[in-house]
Amino acid sequence: MVTRADYRIDERPTWCRGCGDYGILNALSRALVEQGIAPHETIVVTGIGCGSKLPQYMRVNGMHTLHGRPMPIAQGARLANHDMHVIVVHGDGDGYGEGLGHFAHGVRRNPRLTELVQNNKIYGLTKGQYSPTSAQGWRTSTSPRGSAEQKVEPLALAITQGATFVARGYPGKLDHLIWLIGEALNYPGYALIDILQPCVTFNPKRSYDYYNPRVYALEDESDYDPTDRTAAWLQAQAWGERIPIGIFYRVDPEPSLETYEPALEAGPLVKQPLKPLNTEQITTLLEPLR
Amino acid sequence: MNEHDLTLRIGGEAGMGLESSGAGFAKALMRGGLWVFGVPDFRSRIRGGHNFFTLRAGPTPLYSIADPVHLLLALDKETIRRHLADVVPGGAIVYDQQLELEDELQREDVVYVPVPLTEMAREIGGAEVMRNTLALGVASGLLDFDLQHVETVIRENFSRKGEEVVDANLKLAQEGVRLSEPFKDDYSFRLRPAAEPPERILINGTQAFALGALAGGGRFVSGYPMTPGSPVLIWFAQHGADYGVVAKHVEDEIAAINMALGAAVMGARSLVPTSGGGFALMVEATGFAGIGEIPVVIYNAQRPGPATGLPTRTEQGDLLFMIHAAQGEFARMVLAPGSIEEAFHLGWHAFNAAERAQTPVMVLSDQFLADAFRSVEPSALNFDAVALDRGKLLTEAELDNLSEDYRRYKVTESGVSPRALPGHPNAVFVTESNEHDEYPRINEEMDNRVAQQSKRMRKVQTLREDVPAPTWYGPEESELTLICWGSTYGPAREAVDRLNTEAAGRANLLHFSGLEPFPPTAEAELNRAQLKIVVEGNYTGQLESLIRTHTGIEADSAIRRFDGRPFRPEYILAQLEEV
Repeated sequence: MVTRADYRIDERPTWCRGCGDYGILNALSRALVEQGIAPHETIVVTGIGCGSKLPQYMRVNGMHTLHGRPMPIAQGARLANHDMHVIVVHGDGDGYGEGLGHFAHGVRRNPRLTELVQNNKIYGLTKGQYSPTSAQGWRTSTSPRGSAEQKVEPLALAITQGATFVARGYPGKLDHLIWLIGEALNYPGYALIDILQPCVTFNPKRSYDYYNPRVYALEDESDYDPTDRTAAWLQAQAWGERIPIGIFYRVDPEPSLETYEPALEAGPLVKQPLKPLNTEQITTLLEPLR
Repeated sequence: MNEHDLTLRIGGEAGMGLESSGAGFAKALMRGGLWVFGVPDFRSRIRGGHNFFTLRAGPTPLYSIADPVHLLLALDKETIRRHLADVVPGGAIVYDQQLELEDELQREDVVYVPVPLTEMAREIGGAEVMRNTLALGVASGLLDFDLQHVETVIRENFSRKGEEVVDANLKLAQEGVRLSEPFKDDYSFRLRPAAEPPERILINGTQAFALGALAGGGRFVSGYPMTPGSPVLIWFAQHGADYGVVAKHVEDEIAAINMALGAAVMGARSLVPTSGGGFALMVEATGFAGIGEIPVVIYNAQRPGPATGLPTRTEQGDLLFMIHAAQGEFARMVLAPGSIEEAFHLGWHAFNAAERAQTPVMVLSDQFLADAFRSVEPSALNFDAVALDRGKLLTEAELDNLSEDYRRYKVTESGVSPRALPGHPNAVFVTESNEHDEYPRINEEMDNRVAQQSKRMRKVQTLREDVPAPTWYGPEESELTLICWGSTYGPAREAVDRLNTEAAGRANLLHFSGLEPFPPTAEAELNRAQLKIVVEGNYTGQLESLIRTHTGIEADSAIRRFDGRPFRPEYILAQLEEV
């Protein structure tokens, strides 16, 4: 049986006291334990940023990669070994800034993986510059007159690009986040969870005091239908005195990326024996050249 | 007479089907027992412009195209205008009789063969594009090349389009032979098929490399289309699935290499085909493969840069870029096949080298090698020699019996650490792009940095064991030595042959297919050369500079080309006169 001890490691995170990343780390390992997934059965692929150091702080297979690139790396990992649970964890700068193209393209490919975005609406590791999800007009060291850009709407974008599991979580509602991650891990397609992650040091205006009174779960709204794509797309952009979390959109997925590859019908790529071509194969390959 | 090789050239606009016609005729000539070498010369456009396909055939093996043209098949007037000067005295020009040739397009010493190309193609085939077949029929007639091999190729190539199309093309080819009759007495060049032609294959560098990579266990290919690298991606997309390969065309080159790295970490032998501009986008990820110790094979079919440069043309301008690409320092291998045989061999060898040293291996081809067709004995692709060596990859049994905590980046004497693939309960680990300790935990201490960076750099020794040594061609004692790398091998080899035909012992050739790490035997070999002349397709002399850097040896002279066109033996010989 998988226990929390399996995921524990003797390594202190470099995160600030009160950082939302602690809650996300906690929720992820607890969700994995609840789903009975062992550390060697999963791989956590991260980019670069405070939160992307996460595989250092739990005992799990990981790839701590490049800024903005974990999505393609995770898809490659999944195509090479679809026996493994593949989880992408990265921040908003990584996922929606440097990696926005990979995000949009990854979504439309529908790889069976779970993407968690630690969205703190600020660049923390480089000490406080506005991010793609900062509100327009946000004043930071690189936007001293207030940022000019509209913010990226990741959940609406994911729905537009064909995602069929689109959710938002909040570490201030830990049990809800654990449940969300569990749902995503069991979902047979691409699942996005954008997470409101308080950065207490560099974005205190978007911390617990801001979110706690505003956040509510869509699951508690009796009239919310998460299979209505248009309603989900509108809800995904709702922001203000009330901020929704939960599953915005979920329907049965289309066949996932791996199912389009004939080479994977015989099992995971890396589990198929690596051996030289046989005479018949060589003859077939040379035939069109004769 | 049939003792010399001849060159045919078919020219016209893009969209006229020159490449498929040229390749089809090349195949017919090969099946007739002739050795062939062909190369397309194309512009970066879908329609219009001037394109041509050069096809050389003869009784001995060929390694290059050559300048003199013996038979020009001109599908438009532009072809005559551009290539008239290349036609040898006694050569012929087949063209559409509708064309009126101005005085400057007339030569006394050339046989003009006007035929109703367009009219007859329309009449018999119902499509202008079929005039290629008529022109090739005329060529067969003039050269006395028995039509049976051409007919077989027509049947194979057009069978998918239906019996009517096959019949029309056959009829056009036969008409072509008939139309050639009145001109045969004036034209003396012949390419007669052999009575019992041996089995050969017609193959270009793209196919040879792809077959080598497949034979070497390449199982994951991701790329983004870019001429002239995309043919490898297309080859795997079309054939890979039958051999257990996942081949993905993805959103950009950055995604392509990162996807391959993800697959490689999991244990799939991964290949990224691209061209120089695409590789420029892959540079950061190449460094990740260096510090993360991820085996990956990067294939760059070079074209002239910088930036968009000359998209459909050839150059050897990326050598030093590949050797130095990415911030920081790490061990890598750079290979550059010079022939079909080497493209196949390095295709599989690259995966072994990458896994043995757990680091990126780069294969540098170029448009010339990638696109040029050559006929070879089937044994030129030495499938029997293929061996799969995965280096220090831990087996399931070894992982089952692991007695200590697994350390992915364990410091070893060779610098190579025993490698586990993710998925085993005894080896749970992170592939890390930050500097790290053995386990790995992120670690910024000085001692650790020195230990890990030194460990990674020690892998150069393993790469040195695997980097191909430079090879000699020609007589051991020679007045001068041509020194080349990559695709320049073929034209340089023919230049050497011609020099030695003039006077025995004049020249030999030292060819580099391994460039990084610089081969340990290179210095001794270079010291055996008398007059050293480096022949390479770039402006600055990149191999020459590598030789100087690693050995202190100064070349006596250089022959360079950077006009986007492949070397030819005639070009090398003419430049030699000057130096």
